[in-house]
Amino acid sequence: MSEKQARITDIGPPHHDKFLPPVIKENYGKWKYHENPRPGVLVHVSHSGAKIWSVRCATPRILSVISIRKICELADKYADGYLRFTSRNNFELLITKEANVDPAIKEAIAIGYPVGGTGNSLSNIVHTQGWVHCHSAATDASGVVKAVMDELFVHFQEQKLPAKLRIALACCLNMCGAVHCSDISILGVHRRPPKADDANLGKICEVPNLIASCPTAAIRPTTKNGVATVEIEEEKCMFCANCYTVCPALPINDALNDGVSIWVGGKVSNARSTPSFSKLAIPWLPNTPPRWPEVVSAVKNIVDVWAKDARPYERVGEWVSRIGWPRFFKKTGIEFTKHHIDDFKHCGGTFATSTQMRHNG
Amino acid sequence: MTDNVKKHETPLLDELLKGPWPSFVKEFKTLQDKKAVANDLLGQLEYSYKTKLGYWKHGGIVGVMGYGGGVIGRYSSLAEMFPAVKHFHTIRVNQPAGWFYTSKALRTLCDIWEKRGSGITNMHGSTGDIVFLGTNTEELEPIFEELTKEGFDLGGSGSNLRTPSCCNGQARCEWACYDTMGLCYDLTQTFQDELHRPQFPYKFKIKMAGCPNDCVASIARSDLSIIGTWRDNIQMDQSAVLKYASDGLDIQKIVVMNCPTKCLDWNGKELKIDNSNCVKCMHCINVMPKALAPGKDRGATVLLGSKAPIIEGAMLSSVLIPFIKLEPPFKELKDVIGRIWEPWAEHGKNRERIGEFIERVGKGNFLEEVGIDPVPEMVKHPRENPYIFYDEYLEDE
Ligand code: HEM
Ligand code: HEM
Ligand code: HEM
Ligand code: HEM
Ligand code: SF4
Ligand code: SF4
Ligand code: SF4
Ligand code: SF4
Repeated sequence: MSEKQARITDIGPPHHDKFLPPVIKENYGKWKYHENPRPGVLVHVSHSGAKIWSVRCATPRILSVISIRKICELADKYADGYLRFTSRNNFELLITKEANVDPAIKEAIAIGYPVGGTGNSLSNIVHTQGWVHCHSAATDASGVVKAVMDELFVHFQEQKLPAKLRIALACCLNMCGAVHCSDISILGVHRRPPKADDANLGKICEVPNLIASCPTAAIRPTTKNGVATVEIEEEKCMFCANCYTVCPALPINDALNDGVSIWVGGKVSNARSTPSFSKLAIPWLPNTPPRWPEVVSAVKNIVDVWAKDARPYERVGEWVSRIGWPRFFKKTGIEFTKHHIDDFKHCGGTFATSTQMRHNG
Repeated sequence: MTDNVKKHETPLLDELLKGPWPSFVKEFKTLQDKKAVANDLLGQLEYSYKTKLGYWKHGGIVGVMGYGGGVIGRYSSLAEMFPAVKHFHTIRVNQPAGWFYTSKALRTLCDIWEKRGSGITNMHGSTGDIVFLGTNTEELEPIFEELTKEGFDLGGSGSNLRTPSCCNGQARCEWACYDTMGLCYDLTQTFQDELHRPQFPYKFKIKMAGCPNDCVASIARSDLSIIGTWRDNIQMDQSAVLKYASDGLDIQKIVVMNCPTKCLDWNGKELKIDNSNCVKCMHCINVMPKALAPGKDRGATVLLGSKAPIIEGAMLSSVLIPFIKLEPPFKELKDVIGRIWEPWAEHGKNRERIGEFIERVGKGNFLEEVGIDPVPEMVKHPRENPYIFYDEYLEDE
């Protein structure tokens, strides 16, 4: 590093003004309404009459610099070099000439970035790191997402669903992707408590730290063959992998027991019903790379049943509230088990405490 | 720069090159002829697909001088088989507000990252940062120097503030009730120290949405959620309502019956809104954007405490300030942020998020500490249990 120059720190991100197309700068805060001329395209109209077309294109979130440069070329060609990314890992070309919209769509699709995700459609799946680079992943993230989106692709391209459909995936219950408020959440789960590598644990880990890391106090110090190690009270473990995060000699990943759970009915928008958490639909499905057929068909089944049965603008959770959970399980054919009944803190609030039931039908 | 590249067979991953959805495997393969790290990453991932296990190790304190976050240490536990990913550190880079870019700025980022790292990115991470996936410890300082020279800085990790993020707000949405991007930039600049140096019990995230649709999921994914809303009447263009009706929209069924507080009335000729009962949910506006719009007295609701499950279970943010005006320099809001950080930073336990802290000490006590009066908007309903804790009681003299 050069000693001559002062080291630059604490400058924060560049100001967004540098990156806004002129039509946005001129009409900032002056937009009047928008239309959705076709799936994947929004046109915003200003009080001044100015317009901007946004063409929404899917990405796999993992992008190489080679692909980003291709996307830049697309932006240069049709959008004067202006684009943005969305909260769900799509990119949007910000186009001022209407004549550029159709060719931009055509070319985006041709280079592998499909257009859609607006209105009552399925947008991109928000997801986490998985086997690509996290230590506690109970499943892969990108592979499951790819397999599910391949199957549900038509719902990204069209806007024929009853309401918006938001799917998210996290590869362990730490949920970097905060999947807990999605219409359908795909969540990796561990099911076998960590097993201590007794011979090495004392050497590579700090035992007091390790004990403190467990949220349920399931880890106790012990001695085996004369060396300090720990033991796990298995019935207390809820498989969070915190201990493995702190201590690599306590592996939790396990090919036989790790798998995928499915949760439904959460949402974040305040439209109609208030924001809510997703609830457990399927506690465990096996990890079956490369295409996870069990997970794909479970998700597709829920989407199909909802799409057929829901009223207009009824998100998955709103639909279930109307028909009731017993009927959700009946219509989807999903088995209800003891694992569906909460047994963590404050679980009592989730028990049914009334006689209101739809016995007939 | 082109590495001496060894390619691995990837029959399982190749299955994921098929199908209409963009393939992440293809992204890795675009770098196959240039980067050993891309090949070893593919190799290790193929091995994960074969064995159904991940092979990354956590930890190791790595970073740039003077910062306590922004770089995440990551090591392969299969370094003998895949030496190029022995170190595979992640770098979080501040995104511009609203994720707006020019192709020029993106190319600059690409050039730095192709030279100094794997060339693989996440656009973007779930907190909002640009995420650079995979480099060596030795490259960290040079990357930092090159990024800052181009006007970019690192994001947060560990017990730091995370890069605040926001929806595209007034830049491209008629519903934005305040300037989300302006506020996001301002807060990010104001709290540079908190963003770069750990000073909290645990992470703290701020997300800003311009209206109750909450396109950045702030209510679920940020400790501090700032969601635009309004307090006067919905703006309505009655003739545009009629146009929706004549174009075939079933206003009774789609709009009126979905209003959560039953405050809409439609007689086939006129839409009436009982604005005093409207809870500003956005549904009617979402369905008829050309006819309806949020009111003119705009601001935001400030909510606090959402988080993913670790440790005490997932939480949604709950109301702290029912309505606040948000105009630069956002003095009142910044003042509140300082006041909520203080008791948490001082009394929070290690790795206790602010939502958990509030549950532990009691929201009432927390409000008292922060100097905000309790109001009914803060609860779904008053308490049901009779175990009321009193700080003081009366006694005979
Ligand atoms: C050490 C392995 C981990 C890796 C590689 C990892 C990686 C990441 C990355 C890259 C992001 C996005 C960051 C950004 O956009 O700035 C993220 C966000 C997040 N991480 Fe992790 N993470 C790890 C562990 C954890 C753990 C153990 C927890 C929980 C205690 C956790 C909870 C979260 C949450 C809640 C988010 C943000 C979600 C949101 O903003 O919606 N992560 N993580
Ligand atoms: C009680 C001990 C520890 C616990 C419970 C713990 C837990 C965690 C958790 C939950 C995260 C995700 C946090 C986030 O997303 O911000 C994390 C991240 C991380 N931890 Fe630890 N950890 C511990 C000790 C360590 C140690 C000893 C090291 C290094 C030697 C370390 C290095 C890291 C690094 C580099 C990250 C990167 C992710 C980030 O900063 O965001 N941790 N740890
Ligand atoms: C002017 C109209 C709107 C604009 C400009 C807008 C913008 C956006 C953008 C750019 C995204 C990221 C989308 C993606 O990548 O797929 C998004 C996501 C989202 N939008 Fe909107 N949106 C609008 C209307 C709505 C409406 C009408 C609703 C609800 C009824 C809504 C709720 C959401 C939600 C829940 C998300 C996903 C957040 C998440 O889970 O990460 N938005 N919005
Ligand atoms: C050892 C202490 C207590 C004794 C001996 C006691 C005894 C009784 C008795 C005999 C009744 C009338 C039952 C009936 O109508 O047949 C009653 C009713 C009731 N008790 Fe207690 N009680 C005790 C403590 C409490 C406490 C601590 C609470 C509140 C926290 C409480 C709340 C009530 C209520 C609300 C009713 C009325 C229930 C109803 O009519 O629905 N009791 N109690
Ligand atoms: S969700 Fe879990 S496994 Fe996945 S990246 Fe986050 S911490 Fe790692
Ligand atoms: S996985 Fe979680 S609950 Fe289980 S022992 Fe480890 S820290 Fe404790
Ligand atoms: S949150 Fe509201 S203001 Fe922001 S982009 Fe979404 S709809 Fe528009
Ligand atoms: S915004 Fe929501 S609550 Fe208000 S009138 Fe419209 S539908 Fe009803």
